[in-house]
Amino acid sequence: MATKAYQRIYTRLEAITKATVSLRAKGISNDELAVVGGRLAQVVKTKGDLVTLQVFSGTEGIPTDAAVTFLGEPPTIKVSDQLSGRFFNAYGKPIDGGPEVEGETREIGGPSVNPYKRRQPSELIPTGIAGIDLNNTIVSGQKIPFFADPDQPYNQVMADVALRADVDKIILGGMGLSNDDYLFFRHAFEDAGALDKIICFVNTTEDPPVERLLVPDMALTAAEYFAVDKNEKVLVLLTDMTLYADALSIVSNRMDQIPSKDSMPGSLYSDLAKIYEKAVQLPTEGSITIIAVTTLNDGDITHAIPDNTGYITEGQLFLRADSDSGKVIIDPFRSLSRLKQRVQNIKTREDHSQVMNAGVRLYADAQNAKTKLENGFDLSDYDHRCLDYAKEYATRLLSIDVNISITEMLDTAWELFAKYFSKAETGIKQSLIDKYWKGR
Amino acid sequence: MKTKGKVIGIVSNLVTVQVDGPVAENELCYITLDGTPLLAEVIKVNGDKASVQVFESTRGLKNGDSVEFEGRMLEVTLGPGLLSSVYDGLQNNLATMGSVFLKRGEYTDPLDHKKLWEFTPIAKPGDKVVAADWLGEVKEGWLPHKIMVPFSFKGEYTVKKIIPAGMYNIDMVIAVLTNQDGEDVFVDMTQKWPVKVAVKAYQEKPRPQRIMETGVRCIDTFNPIAEGGTGFIPGPFGCGKTVLQHAIAKQGEADVIVMAACGERANEVVEIFTEFPELIDPHTGRHLMERTTIICNTSNMPVAAREASVYTAMTICEYYRAMGLKCLLLADSTSRWAQALREMSNRMEELPGAEAFPVDLSAIISNFYSRAGMVVLNNGQTGAVTFIGTVSPAGGNLKEPVTESTKKAARCFYGLEQNRADQKRYPAVNPIESYSKYLEYPEIISYLDKNVEEGWVAKVLEAKNILRRGREANDQINILGDDGVPIGYHISFWKSELIDFVFLQQDAFDEIDALCPMERQKYMLDLVLELCNTDYQFDDFEQCRNFFKELINDLRQMNYTPFRSDAFNGYAAKTQKLTENHGN
Repeated sequence: MATKAYQRIYTRLEAITKATVSLRAKGISNDELAVVGGRLAQVVKTKGDLVTLQVFSGTEGIPTDAAVTFLGEPPTIKVSDQLSGRFFNAYGKPIDGGPEVEGETREIGGPSVNPYKRRQPSELIPTGIAGIDLNNTIVSGQKIPFFADPDQPYNQVMADVALRADVDKIILGGMGLSNDDYLFFRHAFEDAGALDKIICFVNTTEDPPVERLLVPDMALTAAEYFAVDKNEKVLVLLTDMTLYADALSIVSNRMDQIPSKDSMPGSLYSDLAKIYEKAVQLPTEGSITIIAVTTLNDGDITHAIPDNTGYITEGQLFLRADSDSGKVIIDPFRSLSRLKQRVQNIKTREDHSQVMNAGVRLYADAQNAKTKLENGFDLSDYDHRCLDYAKEYATRLLSIDVNISITEMLDTAWELFAKYFSKAETGIKQSLIDKYWKGR
Repeated sequence: MKTKGKVIGIVSNLVTVQVDGPVAENELCYITLDGTPLLAEVIKVNGDKASVQVFESTRGLKNGDSVEFEGRMLEVTLGPGLLSSVYDGLQNNLATMGSVFLKRGEYTDPLDHKKLWEFTPIAKPGDKVVAADWLGEVKEGWLPHKIMVPFSFKGEYTVKKIIPAGMYNIDMVIAVLTNQDGEDVFVDMTQKWPVKVAVKAYQEKPRPQRIMETGVRCIDTFNPIAEGGTGFIPGPFGCGKTVLQHAIAKQGEADVIVMAACGERANEVVEIFTEFPELIDPHTGRHLMERTTIICNTSNMPVAAREASVYTAMTICEYYRAMGLKCLLLADSTSRWAQALREMSNRMEELPGAEAFPVDLSAIISNFYSRAGMVVLNNGQTGAVTFIGTVSPAGGNLKEPVTESTKKAARCFYGLEQNRADQKRYPAVNPIESYSKYLEYPEIISYLDKNVEEGWVAKVLEAKNILRRGREANDQINILGDDGVPIGYHISFWKSELIDFVFLQQDAFDEIDALCPMERQKYMLDLVLELCNTDYQFDDFEQCRNFFKELINDLRQMNYTPFRSDAFNGYAAKTQKLTENHGN
């Protein structure tokens, strides 16, 4: 950020915390950017002429006589087709050695789409993964996170989903990515030959945590440019939103705000909603779909971050290691896609929703049988059949390494039903049984 | 003269203003930002400093920006044309806004001033009238929309003049009234009312007399909500709160439905205004949108307007209630509203209550719920506002301030259960812990005796008891094992499963099963109870389970077929035969 001529330079900081500095200054507007000792900062509070600034890269080494200049505008990004295929840091500066992007300057974190101008999402996004397509179908304009423990291969699954999805642009917002994961994404996109439709905004663990707060807004403002101005289908990947929320709590803590649940700021719900609600199906063909990652602490979804996320997003995809099949699966009980009814049986075969429900119900029966087994009780014939079914169901359908079409998924499910159960045990509507039952 | 002020402090949407004159709590003001007026509301005054919450983003606001106070509280405009509209929390008409993105400081008129309405007078010159008395009527679609003496009028008035029947716009003066001091006042088709004040222009608020049908079995039969009653639906995310609420909105037996989407997903609102114009109201055969008003403050819209949105919605309901109509208000979700209160309280650095919520949360919630109810109007007719709110408890834990406060205020409790949702047993309303206080009301019991079946409530309680016994039996089976308990335990358990699968579970996405009228609910409950009251003989628990599974499957097929159709009767006969083999 270049300083403009004749700008007043302040050189007396009144207070410094790890993430903020305060000084006396006049005519300062809310949310505007400033440079503090060469580092980018943003106004978060004014009280009289006392201004508090959040310094994105942290305040280590900033002296009380650091030079402060105000830039008079909120954070911006330059948007144009030149963004395609590029890698940027949280401030929107190239990190791939390429030139600066030329284009129209837009404020990030701008206003939301008038709900009345939205269209109902109705385009299926097939991923080849049955745990998603069969049980939790994703629709364009949806926002859905993966809930995963840190040891799950969530970034790999997300890259698979992104590259298989039929979209015009893939925008990655990486927050606190390890350098290895950053390079993984980069290579995955390069190997797929998809670089021209990729845009990345990356904050790695080597960068200061508070910088992460800019990443989602950068990624989504770029997404809005392609979706609204260019009528493109845009897929935004945000990983890891838990680290984003952690950065929020750092700032609110430094500003002496009273924390609510799990030491998160009271505004966590609104802060996350502002990001996720950017997912939209526009009346034109353009859309923004958000797939995010929220890492969990030992599968605990009652923690404030996954909990608030769950209330905002349209479902969640829960990754879990399954000991029966030895695979990482998409847990059918804890996962949900709220928009699946928009496409199931409409864009897919008529038996989709009933097959999905029966499949999951029988898998639940298997879990009960397993509990019985663990408690040392005798298993009935039905229990044994359920257990065998569960193993095959997990391996052939729930596992994340599946890559088949939705029709194949449905046929596989019917095959398993016939192999292990009677018609009545599936509880499926008679007319569908008559049409699709395999065998007897 | 208006009070003016200057901005002296900004934290997010909380702005401190130095004022030069008197200001009132909850008074509105406009802050001018580069020529754009931003609406804000006073929430605290300290000396000559007023804390105001801004209903818009404060980005770019500067200390020293000028503020002008309006001398009024947040009001809604009431008049013909509210139905079928989509408003934001401050009653701006979202449909008439130009751009794709919401523009800061863009305020649109809630009602159409050009449209002509067919007016018929009701009052005559010389009539004595008070606030909320009907002066005339216009046809708002199918609905007889009464033009009333404004709620704010105090004392008695005499009708001096009323215009003849004809086509007029809402700004037309339709009546001239003379007050007790002999002064003339003019009344047009609209009136304004401050949203945070309850409309009390009615004779009395008696106890509820009848139930409001929703077509959802686990509500209507198991825990019915009264017309003019209150209920709430708490549940963790993913348990089907929204699906259940939409089912109630589609099928609820009401003249007017107001849906307040308060801090929830925009796509859910889109679903309403995309689907409702297509869907048919099962009670009247008209399009659903014709009876629906949507107040929409989605989660990414300004936080302060979230609180306003539920009050705006309630005031519109109270307005239609005063016309002698049955209104249903659905608010999703009241937790988001409570969180908005928390955010403000936090920014004002107030001492927090439990989980950092403001200490008066409980009072605010019960005050709001108390605005629902059935009322007897001045002319002896009745109107009702039924209110159902959802609550989104953090982590699904019902021991949190919003759920606990709401439990004190609402009479019906529909607790959604994670466990049931995991097993896809929808609607996931916990059949044992949920309750309706109305089942204890003598008025409601006698209403059900008369309109459903003599002794209906006793039957409902019997069904609940079978569920409870089934749960106990299941616990024993889980502890002792299938073989470790007498066969009677298995029979008890499966009888409860029978009620659960056949009666409680309902497929909201199936054309037939989604809506179950009371007559059909009665038939099914009678059938299910008859099956439960049969004594069965089984050789072992496997035989018992297989029998019930088959029975349940046939009964479920009945739910998917039209009532009393050949297929329906066929399945009924099949279950009859099945039981004859094992029953005595």
